[in-house]
Amino acid sequence: MLAPFEVSFADALLDAEHPIPCGITAHNAAIPTRRFAVYRNNVVAGLVKALKSRFPVVEKIVGEEFFAAMARAFVVERPPRSPVLAIYGDEFATFIAAFDPARELAYLADVARLEAARTRAYHAADATPVDAGQFAALDAHTVGGIRIDMHPSAEIVRSRYPIATIWAMNSGEQELAPVENWRGEDALVVRPYLDVLVRMLLPGGAAFLLALAGGRPLDEATEAAFADNSNFDLIGNLAGLIGSGLVRDILLPEPEKYGLP
Amino acid sequence: MSIISNLPARTGVGFKPAHFRDILAATQPIGFFEVHAENYMGAGGAPHVQLGALRERYALSVHGVGLSIGSMRPLDCDHLARLKMLCDRYAPESFSEHLAWSSHRDIYFNDLLPLPYTQQTLARVAEHIDAVQTALRRQILLENPATYVRFLESTISEIDFLAEVSKRTGCGLLLDVNNVFVSAMNDGTQPLPYLDSFPLDRVKEIHLGGHDEEADDAGSTLLIDAHGSPVSAAVWTLYAHVIAHTGAIPTLIEWDNDVPDWPTLRAEAAAAQDILADASRASAA
Repeated sequence: MLAPFEVSFADALLDAEHPIPCGITAHNAAIPTRRFAVYRNNVVAGLVKALKSRFPVVEKIVGEEFFAAMARAFVVERPPRSPVLAIYGDEFATFIAAFDPARELAYLADVARLEAARTRAYHAADATPVDAGQFAALDAHTVGGIRIDMHPSAEIVRSRYPIATIWAMNSGEQELAPVENWRGEDALVVRPYLDVLVRMLLPGGAAFLLALAGGRPLDEATEAAFADNSNFDLIGNLAGLIGSGLVRDILLPEPEKYGLP
Repeated sequence: MSIISNLPARTGVGFKPAHFRDILAATQPIGFFEVHAENYMGAGGAPHVQLGALRERYALSVHGVGLSIGSMRPLDCDHLARLKMLCDRYAPESFSEHLAWSSHRDIYFNDLLPLPYTQQTLARVAEHIDAVQTALRRQILLENPATYVRFLESTISEIDFLAEVSKRTGCGLLLDVNNVFVSAMNDGTQPLPYLDSFPLDRVKEIHLGGHDEEADDAGSTLLIDAHGSPVSAAVWTLYAHVIAHTGAIPTLIEWDNDVPDWPTLRAEAAAAQDILADASRASAA
């Protein structure tokens, strides 16, 4: 249905240079520019606030004013497509990576990717992780063939920057201090129960988990991890896998693959 | 339409996760809690645990802010399906939405935007409400907006528009007394005559909230429906006036920004409860 009031209103909301919609007025002003600005402000400020609550560490790093300006630019370029604002800002990291004023903070986009993963984990489907006892009960001869059904909240964020440390220091999980060992870090995000956990992965850990998440059996995932990093520690990584509640289910191998009855 | 909106005629509070522990720590003198539907559309996690715990203990009102009922474009079927899933899961006593639009083409503006009141928009809004009530299999409540501008093309008063929508669709009305005050002040009209001609027999819930003050194009005071402060004295007076006419109606304190601690919010709800109790005593006498 043709709705000129919607079209002219919508066109002017995100563009402060656009003339205010024709057909609106006020009892004390024929062209109520400041009144229309209330709508403009509600829209932009509301969406900036949604981004602030989703990306608090990015805001802490760049400061309130810089964040607000960057978020406003994002809102105008990429307004939400859904009324479910919990997922608004999935593309914010990509936007930050190309946002020229933030160019010097090369790691900022990856921190945003980590924060976006945290919110997705917060809202992900519930699942009870398997416990250590179920791992202990596995048959040592066939354990290499098991596959892992990952927790629906789990995500791995890889970076060339120390994002897990930067995140921990700016979220209050770790004291703020100069990062001594400036190197790439891979982070695991998972919400086994109600709290979202962020864990720095051990060397080769990301390759290991990504292979498992891709449906490959444990022995192949272990090979992939060694190929990624020769310092890969299988025992340490298995302990992490179980301890972080990453496993929703253990899928046992097909018996025939091993020539078993 | 099978479920009729049916909140207890007491005071409710808009639920904020920051208050969850305080609320659960004791039995609260609160008739119901209200949540924004769009905050509970994730698959799992803490939001659903909290909402489930509230639902077990209190009556529940689900208040949508994103359905864009006042848009002339078709309703978002995906969003309607999400609302249906939420209502089916929690079986709230009431579901309400706004006489406003918030989406255009594929953009969601996250604000309650105004529409002109004409025969054409009236027909479209009624059609949308029919569709929502059919999908949710329940009566919904429609809320009067806070407005900052007028449309030259409007030919129907807001009250006649709401009354006619309610008559055509059987929907109830949610009377936001703060919005009445804000809109009247902003439009240079009087809130009391508005309330006196409002179809109060259709009102099944009342909202009370705070507003901010800014300046408009002529340098006059412009009130902003900001939900970030206590209910103003003027709005309390208007509320008592309505309740004296209608008797007790489920009443919500909305405080969405600069949210105070739980005792402050509870005290605001208790103030409304006193006015409700006075009205009940007067009607019993």
